Amino acid sequence: MDMMNRFGIEERRRKRSMLVLSILGALIIITFIISMNTGYIRLSPLDVIKTLFGMGTDKQELILFDFRLPRIVISVLIGAGLAVSGCVLQGVSRNALADPGLLGINAGAGLAVILFVCFYPTTSTVPVFLLPLLALLGAGLTALLIYGLAHKKNEGVSPTSLILTGIAVAAGINAAMIVLTLTLSPEQYQFVATWIAGSIWGTTWKFVLALLPWIIVLLPYVIWKANLMNVLNLSEHTAAGLGAPIEAGRRKLMFAAVALAGSCVAVSGGIGFVGLIGPHLARTLVGPKHQQLLPASAMVGSLLVIVADTISRSMSSASIPTGVVVAVIGAPYFLYLLARAKN
Amino acid sequence: MSSTTNHNRADQAMEAEIEELPPLRSRPIAASLILMFGTVALVFGIALSVSFGAVHMSLSTVWSAVFAFNPDITHHQIIQEIRLPRVLASALVGAAFAVAGALMQGITRNPMADSGILGLNAGAALVLALCFALVPGLSYNMILLLCFIGASIGAVIVFGISAVSRGGFTPVRLVLAGSAVSSLLYALSEGIALHFKIGQDLAFWFAGGVANVKWEQLKTITPWVIVAILAAIVISRSITLLSLGEEIAINLGQRTQLIRVIAVVIIVILAGSSVSVVGAVSFVGLIVPHITRYLVGVDYRWIIPCSAILGGLLVVLADLGARMINPPYEFPIGALIAMLGVPFFLYLARNERRGL
Repeated sequence: MDMMNRFGIEERRRKRSMLVLSILGALIIITFIISMNTGYIRLSPLDVIKTLFGMGTDKQELILFDFRLPRIVISVLIGAGLAVSGCVLQGVSRNALADPGLLGINAGAGLAVILFVCFYPTTSTVPVFLLPLLALLGAGLTALLIYGLAHKKNEGVSPTSLILTGIAVAAGINAAMIVLTLTLSPEQYQFVATWIAGSIWGTTWKFVLALLPWIIVLLPYVIWKANLMNVLNLSEHTAAGLGAPIEAGRRKLMFAAVALAGSCVAVSGGIGFVGLIGPHLARTLVGPKHQQLLPASAMVGSLLVIVADTISRSMSSASIPTGVVVAVIGAPYFLYLLARAKN
Repeated sequence: MSSTTNHNRADQAMEAEIEELPPLRSRPIAASLILMFGTVALVFGIALSVSFGAVHMSLSTVWSAVFAFNPDITHHQIIQEIRLPRVLASALVGAAFAVAGALMQGITRNPMADSGILGLNAGAALVLALCFALVPGLSYNMILLLCFIGASIGAVIVFGISAVSRGGFTPVRLVLAGSAVSSLLYALSEGIALHFKIGQDLAFWFAGGVANVKWEQLKTITPWVIVAILAAIVISRSITLLSLGEEIAINLGQRTQLIRVIAVVIIVILAGSSVSVVGAVSFVGLIVPHITRYLVGVDYRWIIPCSAILGGLLVVLADLGARMINPPYEFPIGALIAMLGVPFFLYLARNERRGL
């Protein structure tokens, strides 16, 4: 009886998540199309479709293929990457507040950018790939530092020491950033602040190509490990009792999360908030099982960033970074869900 | 049938959880020593900090300026009018942040929580950004008042949302609502700052400093902070029980919701007034309770008073250091506190076996 019942619930949940995932997918596609219409120069939906099939004017082709499309594709990719990374880190650390910032990714990338601006003062002629590369390097080194400091010889890395070490290192880096900030000229500061608030920086196909492999390899890998993540969410003893290779599994998952978030932050700047609320929103939609939660997180994250980016582009002043819009539209919805949720 | 298996499973899970925890310890002797020597060190630190500055003064001058004040002596005037208020303010603010952080970690059972997570810092930052952008040139007092109002509004939003939700008020909900509201308010102030190009001024203001504190502001916040710290000590026993877990606290006859509400009010008074006076140095509220817990154990009756002393000491020393590094300029005190605190905190994180 019990088994039957549970099977029924399981079945219903799976159906529900399929429905949720399809709706999310449809929303992403719709927003994608709307997003292609919006911008400094408006293109009507008909023009967009014409241009996509190679029947537009040269100007329309230029706008669509060289400016809008890469940027939109990048929004989709970073939304998915950051949200999945946050989902993994929340699972691994068993802390609801965890996001890619937990492993110092935003802080490390931000410090790299500030250092670069300090020592390479003319921001107008930055080689395009240098800044993302440095940001990725900073993020990776910081994560490595945190992991190394939290690691103990015979016990590995416990969630608590990981969280505490992460807080400490991020705080140290932020302090260093404040000090460096004070030495910057107002123009440099404006550049750095925009970067940190999260404005999609790389908007050409080259960046899409640079980001795509990470997402293509790591997303399926993490989803493949969904079962391990379900087990890691149980208590330490239960997980070990079920035969899960806790330490090794945790290390691999964290590595994947860092690589995902690091590569995304490198192109997008500090849009960390997606990594925090994406997984929570997804959890209210499809429940806690990672088989459904991870894909749902990815889609919620994509939707959030693409909507935010569309809004930020359609506003007359281009000075509002996408990260700010993400928080402004994401937080109220998240709060609404929080107030409605029963447990 | 199914309910019994569930019960068994729950029991086993509970046992496993309990086995995971190392024994809970309280160290009253260590705590008493900290209270005694900490107070002495704090008084000495205050005196030292007052004596240091553009004009160096001996400790005996400091003594006579405080206890035998003579308005005709310039040194006495400098001490009374400029140095004493700022140094006392840093002690007070440090104590307030540390106690607020200890309460916050106790009621949420989350080692990442500090008073900033109630939306206090973000609310103050948003109001500050609005002030700088729309009505530049406000008086210092006015800015402080508005910051306090902003901080309280932030906290009221966070607390309100987690309290009106259908499932009732839980720590996880408080923490999540707090980080979402904070992100929202920070994003708004970031947007304003970028739009009006005032980011750097804001960052500097908010990085913290007690340089402009005068007796007037000190007199306004001191009674509040002292009453709030005393109230925190009064409810500290209940906080200890809450920190052991919701079920345990209820079984031991605690009115958990009431305690949380009281604790939140105390936190808003402590951290709200402190944020408006010195800016966001809430890292004090994050690390000092951890350090104190490591030293005195898990009993909040000791953690709270010891946190107050150690927090005050840390900020007084940080303020002294901030003035010594590159005179006559002042180093941002928030950054200095983080730099002092981080290595120690890292050391603790390596040795801590239990998060809270």
